Amino acid sequence: MEFILAIAIGILFASGIWLILRPRSFQVIIGLMLLSYATNLFIFITGKLAIDQPAFTGTSDAVEMAQFTDPLPQALVLTAIVIGFATTALYLVVLLGSRGLTGTDHVDGKEREVTHE
Amino acid sequence: MSELGHILTFPILIPLVVGAVLILINERYHRLKFAVNMLSTLSLLVVSIVLLLITEQHTEVTSQVVYLAANWQAPFGIVLVADRLSAIMLVLTAVVANGALLFSFSRWAQVGVHFHTLFQLLLMGIHGALLTGDIFNLFVFFEIMLAASYGLLLHGYNVVRVRAGLQYITINLIASVFFLIGIALIYAAAGSLNLADIAALISTLDDSSRFLFHTGAAVLAVAFLTKSAMWPLGFWLPNAYIAAAPPVTALLVVLTKIGIYVVLRLYLLFFGDHAGASAGFGTGLLLYGGLLTMAYGIIGLIASQESNRIASYSAIVSSGTLLALIGMNNPAVLSSMLFYLISSTLAVAAFALLSELISRIYPTRNQVLAITFEAFEVDETHDVSSGYVIPAAMAFLGLSGMACALIIAGLPPLSGFVAKFAMLHQLLQAETITLAAWMFLILIISAGLGSIITFVRFGIRSFWASHRETPPLLKLTEVAPIIVILMVCVGLVVFAGPIFELLERTMSEASNTPMYIERVLGQPATGGNA
Repeated sequence: MEFILAIAIGILFASGIWLILRPRSFQVIIGLMLLSYATNLFIFITGKLAIDQPAFTGTSDAVEMAQFTDPLPQALVLTAIVIGFATTALYLVVLLGSRGLTGTDHVDGKEREVTHE
Repeated sequence: MSELGHILTFPILIPLVVGAVLILINERYHRLKFAVNMLSTLSLLVVSIVLLLITEQHTEVTSQVVYLAANWQAPFGIVLVADRLSAIMLVLTAVVANGALLFSFSRWAQVGVHFHTLFQLLLMGIHGALLTGDIFNLFVFFEIMLAASYGLLLHGYNVVRVRAGLQYITINLIASVFFLIGIALIYAAAGSLNLADIAALISTLDDSSRFLFHTGAAVLAVAFLTKSAMWPLGFWLPNAYIAAAPPVTALLVVLTKIGIYVVLRLYLLFFGDHAGASAGFGTGLLLYGGLLTMAYGIIGLIASQESNRIASYSAIVSSGTLLALIGMNNPAVLSSMLFYLISSTLAVAAFALLSELISRIYPTRNQVLAITFEAFEVDETHDVSSGYVIPAAMAFLGLSGMACALIIAGLPPLSGFVAKFAMLHQLLQAETITLAAWMFLILIISAGLGSIITFVRFGIRSFWASHRETPPLLKLTEVAPIIVILMVCVGLVVFAGPIFELLERTMSEASNTPMYIERVLGQPATGGNA
């Protein structure tokens, strides 16, 4: 399972990096979203993968720590998702503003001059 | 924890509450909004100074004030920690923030909506980043700070700002991704997010965990070095500084220094002498990165014609100098480094404010601005006629421009000279002067020469060669902050002795990581432990 997750994260990162290097702001925002998904998955697996293990115990009895999954990365991912969502929304507003003001969706705010020969 | 600990929450809670309240006040009452904001920012200055006095009162070696959020003991809950270093940075932030806010009164606060709210939230983020003792909490506060800075950069929406904003936001979002990956790797290696706890665990890590930890720290460094504009991660800086409104540029100068502060803090905590096999990790990168940044900044500075661009390259030179000094791994230079940080932040911020006033000598160059003013119905003539215009505007512009130039270039008699002299003195006192130190000496002196060339050329073009009959109209609220900030710089020179003693104490305390760990982890929870 680690292998599949590692491959998935790798593909997300690769696609994200390729997209943020593209000239259109829409591609860049999709790239940023893929990067943040990849990062969230990455944070999640730092708590080690475990199946069918609860993060919390309902009893106050002494418990074996190995039976539980690490709840902290899950909390971190939750926070990261919220913050990533907010900043993506903000970026979207600026993207639309830039499109409206400059008349192009190029990240430089102007089209590259193409010379036809 | 004594009752005193609660004061640590004030720098975060005051701007949060005031920022929220300011949303409710309609933009039409801009004087009221300004008054509320000014009151809050002034109270933050008072709180910062009180905090500095509290940390100074502790006569023992340690002066940390620790606040346990929700009364959870250190590695489990989030802690706020204030020592002399963070208190000094708080005071510095408050001085610049007050200046920038007062400057924005006459026009800049009115060219868009929610300036005051964003201003308060930016301060909240900065203060949180300075006070937090938890690395993930640091991320959260950084995001608050950056989100507010995106809004402020776009304040007074025009094509230039949107274009620069789009790139600034992209760069910072990517840096945030690095930030998160770095935190995840450090957590995977050390199993903790509390800075003191991580610092305590470093020397006990086994080889594979240590490798993971170093990777995490390096990835994290990419995020902070992007913010502090190290070459080659700092190409965003000039565009952002130039596009932003002047009071916002002054705050961005502080923001860049927060990046430096975090680099310094994490470096001292993670890779100081206590870190065993990790001690000194990454110093070479910081040192040579810093030197390259200085070189890049000097070249950019000499090529700059406009005042905004001069301010941004001065900021890059100053970042490079600070990073190189951190990278020298020499405790003796740290106090003069801090002095240089304070003095250069104030001077560059003052120059960023001043540059807009100087640009009024050429009214035709401000066409874009005029359109923004029209769109938001800022009535300029009204304020001008109400008698706040100061006399001798040209003399003021010339003199303060010269003062900024002297500080940035490091010439006597102002604070820049004291800072550079102290650095050179400390470096030359060493028994063997390394090659890197020689390179640093050459670069710091070239930086002074480069700034002088740039400022002299700029001064001649602005003040001597401008064929203008009537001097520009400057309002008291625009002139006062610049004078105050420059007077603080004069104060730094006059009281250089006591200030250097304070900075020595600050840095010896900040470098004493075992003491920090003991203070933070040893802080008992209050009340009955049920």
